[in-house]
Amino acid sequence: MDTQTWIYLVVGSTFALYIGIAIWSRAASTRDFYVAGGHVNPVANGMATAADWMSAASFISMAGLIAFLGYNASPYLMGWTGGYVLLALLLAPYLRKFGKFTVPEFIGERFYSRTARLVAVFCLIVASITYVIGQMKGVGVAFGRFLEVEFETGVLVGMAIVFFYAVLGGMKGITYTQIAQYCVLIFAYTVPAIFISFQMTGNPVPQLGLGSHMVGSDVAFLDKLDQVVTELGFARYTEPTGARINTFMLTLSLMIGTAGLPHVIIRFFTVPNVADARRSAGWALVFIAILYTTAPAVGAMARMNLMDTIQPGPVGAVEGNLVYEDRPEWFRNWEKTGLLAFEDKNGDGRIQYYNDQNAAFAAKAQAYGWQGNEMVTVDRDIMVLANPEIANLPGWVIALVAAGGLAAALSTAAGLLLAISSAISHDLLKGTFMPQISERQELMAGRIAMAAAIVVAGYLGMNPPGFAAQVVALAFGLAASSIFPALMMGIFSLRVNRAGAVCGMLAGLTSTLLYIVAYKGWFFIPGTEWFPNTAEYWLLGIQPEAFGAVGAGINFAVAMVVSRLTAAPPAHIQALVEDIRVPRGAGAATGH
Amino acid sequence: MGNEHGGVAVTQGNNGAQAYWKANLRLVGGLLAVWFVVSYGFGILLVDVLNRIPLGGFKLGFFFAQQGSIYVFVALIFYYVQRMNRLDRQFDVNED
Repeated sequence: MDTQTWIYLVVGSTFALYIGIAIWSRAASTRDFYVAGGHVNPVANGMATAADWMSAASFISMAGLIAFLGYNASPYLMGWTGGYVLLALLLAPYLRKFGKFTVPEFIGERFYSRTARLVAVFCLIVASITYVIGQMKGVGVAFGRFLEVEFETGVLVGMAIVFFYAVLGGMKGITYTQIAQYCVLIFAYTVPAIFISFQMTGNPVPQLGLGSHMVGSDVAFLDKLDQVVTELGFARYTEPTGARINTFMLTLSLMIGTAGLPHVIIRFFTVPNVADARRSAGWALVFIAILYTTAPAVGAMARMNLMDTIQPGPVGAVEGNLVYEDRPEWFRNWEKTGLLAFEDKNGDGRIQYYNDQNAAFAAKAQAYGWQGNEMVTVDRDIMVLANPEIANLPGWVIALVAAGGLAAALSTAAGLLLAISSAISHDLLKGTFMPQISERQELMAGRIAMAAAIVVAGYLGMNPPGFAAQVVALAFGLAASSIFPALMMGIFSLRVNRAGAVCGMLAGLTSTLLYIVAYKGWFFIPGTEWFPNTAEYWLLGIQPEAFGAVGAGINFAVAMVVSRLTAAPPAHIQALVEDIRVPRGAGAATGH
Repeated sequence: MGNEHGGVAVTQGNNGAQAYWKANLRLVGGLLAVWFVVSYGFGILLVDVLNRIPLGGFKLGFFFAQQGSIYVFVALIFYYVQRMNRLDRQFDVNED
């Protein structure tokens, strides 16, 4: 069977599976629709959470990022996993005890304030919409490359599939499809990694292979990689560059942001009780860690493969560089997509790939007769997708990677869409503007909101605003600076009151937004920024993506001070906080 | 919150609930200290020093930044689960 047939077969059968699950798990009540009935097994919920969390960015982009940044990509690895420790220890058990359907609902009740609830809804919707655009785009790209259909057609097919199981089944349908999608994506991610690790280091476990020796030599793989990249003027792979405070703050912002993302938090409302919510967070991180500890191996090995392919011989010798006409098949395939591009600057018919921004290396390059880096485009995202081809793996493995990328994008999109639709039908309609609607009407409203959110997400996925690539920073910034501190203070402080929470959230939110706007411009439009987005202009050297943690600090400080200056929360609110601190009596999540 | 409260925790009064909450905060504080040390400490602030120490084919600082801290995070959560279940029973605030 050829690769294309394999792809149709594998992707087609996974889609049939998702639709089958959708038909089997229809939602009959708002409880089904918002929290899957509240009796999902904690291990199963952990798996669903892992799929919910790991997006097209985790599956496709992260290993590529690691490949090119080396150590400097560590904040993404630590930040996107360490957030689960915060979630498990500080939020998930208590929010499960509270036992309602949405994140804004907790904020609204704990701070006895409709304003607080609406601010939370605003943050939730902005964060989730920006996030879902990227997922829809990922679906379109994966379809475009693997099924050779138009980008728009790809997005439409993705929308149709999500529509089917998310609108019919709500959280219930989403939960069971996410479990299936996790299995598909983790299998797709690890199988090529195992092959490649075995080829390069003789150790089939990628996590161990990364710390092993190269096959047939006594040099450690990472030492060899450091040597290969520095010989061509690139920075050492295993060592940091750039300001330490920025690395620190970026990691912290990603952790706090992760713990504050509503579509992740609501997954913990689906388990039967508090002890299960704690356990489920642990399992979620296990399932996430399988991919996140494999990614550094995939990244490092992909980088080594790429360098070796282009520079098979000694640096400086004429025959050390690959002759362009002899480039391998995968190179040609990806050139067609424009994600890989070569330009023969010195006209020698060979490819020179080196760091031409490195002044210290420039003299050497000149002596070799090199006139600039000739790999003019190397898109980071191709690393995971091209990996099976680079390692010469069979067609079914490539098909698996296609299905895995789609599973990652679809599962995250569905989780985000549910967070958006429940905020609209439960917080805005039932909770604020039309409290008299019946449960059946609310369920219908939830389905309509879901359908509308899918259409909006699909439209934005097809016509991404220019800033689409940048906005994930915005999602994490909002979650970190507004939602996480409000939730944490709601649980850990008896004293923080309505005025404190609202002022804190608004202060955290505006300071973070202003900082991002200052360096990236209004709505990310080039030219409207106030300062150049480079390290020397950043406050204390902190990049805009890393400012969420500062915003969170501002939120905490403002909320504490304002609460001290105003009256303590009423007795029944303090009793509510005392109540969510003990597990007994969690019972079922309820909307009433 | 229409659910019934655990009888014993309530009859023990505020003291039981407060002692439970204090024990909980101590545990969480200790675990977050470990969480901070392995990631921000070993993985970021001390990475240059630790990178001089080899661990198999890894440099130790790099290992913590890209592998080790994640393993510790997983262990921390399961340790927390186990200790909290014990605390819940000890203070009689467990479910069922």
